[in-house]
Amino acid sequence: MSDNLIFGAEVFLNGLMAGVLYALVALGFVLIYKASGIFNYAQGVMALFAAATLVGIMKGQVPFSHLINAIFGTEVHYFGWHLPAILGILFTAAVMVALAWLVQKFVFRHLVGQEPIILFMATIGLAYFLEGVSDLMWGSEIKKLDVGLPQGASFWLEENTQWMGFGNENFYGFFIDKLDMFATVIAAILVLSLVIFSQYSKQGRAMRAVADDHQAALSVGINLNFIWVMVWSLAGFVALVAGIMWGTKSGVQFSLSLIALKALPVLMLGGFTSIPGAIVGGLIIGVGEKLFEFAIGPMVGGATENWFAYVLALIFLVFRPQGLFGEKIIERV
Amino acid sequence: MFYREAGDYKTSYQDDGQTFPIKFDRYRYYFVLFVAFAMVPLLINDYWVNAIFLPFLIYSIAAIGLNILVGYCGQVSLGTGGFMAVGAYACYKFMTGLDIWIGGVQYALPPINIFFSVILAGLVTAVVGVLFGLPSLRIKGFYLAVATLAAQFFLVWLFNKWSWAYNYSASGQINAPEREIFGVAITGPSTEAWASYLFCLVIATITAIIARNLTRGASGRKWMAIRDMDIAAEIIGVNPLKAKLSAFAVSSFYIGIAGALFFAVYLGAVEVGEAFGIQKSFIVLFMVIIGGLGSIFGSFAGAAFLVLLPVLLKLMLADSTDQISGFATTMSWVFMAALVGSVGMLLVSTLRHRSLIAGAGIYWIFAALASFMAYALAIGGMGWPTDIVAHMQLVIVGALIIIFLIAEPHGLAQLWRVAKEKLRLWPFPH
Repeated sequence: MSDNLIFGAEVFLNGLMAGVLYALVALGFVLIYKASGIFNYAQGVMALFAAATLVGIMKGQVPFSHLINAIFGTEVHYFGWHLPAILGILFTAAVMVALAWLVQKFVFRHLVGQEPIILFMATIGLAYFLEGVSDLMWGSEIKKLDVGLPQGASFWLEENTQWMGFGNENFYGFFIDKLDMFATVIAAILVLSLVIFSQYSKQGRAMRAVADDHQAALSVGINLNFIWVMVWSLAGFVALVAGIMWGTKSGVQFSLSLIALKALPVLMLGGFTSIPGAIVGGLIIGVGEKLFEFAIGPMVGGATENWFAYVLALIFLVFRPQGLFGEKIIERV
Repeated sequence: MFYREAGDYKTSYQDDGQTFPIKFDRYRYYFVLFVAFAMVPLLINDYWVNAIFLPFLIYSIAAIGLNILVGYCGQVSLGTGGFMAVGAYACYKFMTGLDIWIGGVQYALPPINIFFSVILAGLVTAVVGVLFGLPSLRIKGFYLAVATLAAQFFLVWLFNKWSWAYNYSASGQINAPEREIFGVAITGPSTEAWASYLFCLVIATITAIIARNLTRGASGRKWMAIRDMDIAAEIIGVNPLKAKLSAFAVSSFYIGIAGALFFAVYLGAVEVGEAFGIQKSFIVLFMVIIGGLGSIFGSFAGAAFLVLLPVLLKLMLADSTDQISGFATTMSWVFMAALVGSVGMLLVSTLRHRSLIAGAGIYWIFAALASFMAYALAIGGMGWPTDIVAHMQLVIVGALIIIFLIAEPHGLAQLWRVAKEKLRLWPFPH
């Protein structure tokens, strides 16, 4: 096999893995959108906040220590404990539930019935707010997150795929990060459990009813506030998982919040209301941008990953405004 | 007392349709213009111009542009940074002499006067804006908002890679050469503070007047019809193609001018990713939200607010007089206790399912914050590290956006309108 074809295949595989991570973030968006009609721009920042909180709790950092020291001239930094990852994740999940409650209570309860675009702008404000709080609470330096996930290249896979080169000496087997594979498995489990939850559990059904029609849901006795807090908590968990994956991969830092920007075209491509759409869209964009960078990138100076997904989604939307799997948009006067 | 329609007789249609029908408003407007044109240039120095006046004027132009698109026509755009970059690079090419390569030979125009370069840059941006506005005919709402991000990322990438745009300079930066109007330097390092201020002020005034008249004329009414319900507007005979694309064109024209001024007059040297990144798009959008959607005055108010906020925060929190004593630390405890107490009260009243406003907590929070601000200004700054202040700023801006969207979606402009309405009645209760 020729070099280009093999490298192309490797790029394809890596694109698939990246696409899974995009899909993971996009899922959080879809969940909230389906249940409350809010397009949550803050999802990426929620991932950042969750990851930073996890690191902070595990290291026993004092929240707001930087600020407290600046105000009162004290020198507090650490509580002096080191928690195991599983406890840290539990506590962080609790924090995310509290956050969901606060967000619902103080922000979106007051915006019920507003136009979607106003809600969207409110989530941009929320994103700024959370980013600032996250920096104030845990500091803005790049933090290392290690919850014991496997990392590094998989030598097993590399050795066992070497034969695929069919005698090509430049080929040493496919290079794939263990973490990416792990993330794929986690994402699959997450999606499956979310689908089961929303299809078969009582609360899941209530959630879908709310998404369908607020007033009808209210009239059959569904507690809207509870459902919304639940939805935001679920989105918080998804953010936590995404934050752990990306944080382990590239450190907990500001750029983590930019994955929201990566997930947006995924959503547009897949359709805002569809969970399978988020996954298929994620895969298409992950593979598409890696292959484009591989094939066309060198001709135009590289770094095309920044915009490729958006332009693809834009062109796609012009022909199919509701996305791949989205519900058809019907407008009436 | 003074702010009355009564006694101000209109004898022609022209009088009746003027921008400021109330006499007091009209005189206030002339007075503001007089102060801005005749008095401020005599009083300001480099610090004031660079820290406050230039960014204020330039952001105002950008905010007016975005307000036309978002506030009047209802098409949310997150591509402002990218369009500003188009304006900046177009202005640079016109300033330094636009060159074309045909068959390996370079043909170049002579450098164009800075004023016309800025206007031409606006026109180029308008064309680009219409191009990226085309999808708005098919997609709506936040689908469109996300689609305009494509413009943002693509344009920034383009100006990073396309060496023709930055005249093949090794650093990839563009630097504004020295250019003059009537023999007075407007750009470049030796510019006087008042010259660059006046240049931006003239452009801001002209663009604001044009925008005001556009939005209260036929085209503005078409934009607003599209904003309120586009299908209904189409049925009553508004052409959505023309209305949407003209909004994109005018808006981009303004944003392009703002970008050109931002580069040529304010910064002088620009690296595209840094100066025109996605943060710029958000900041201008925030100005529009805080200032007031669908208001020209609101664009100025929002720009002033978000330009002044960092300066004020820096003055209050970051600067210090090096004399922060034990007393100051004690006072910090007091304010912190007050703030924690009021947040606690707020939480208690929320837990008891009272409405937010009815609970006393929110007033106490404002009171604690206001006294803290007064105190911090009085002792000349708290002397905190600057990174904390930067993070605080994010928190405050984010919170303000949410508060404004909940409490007053029409922003500062609406507060201003309410105040004027009150003033009309004063001193009578009804």
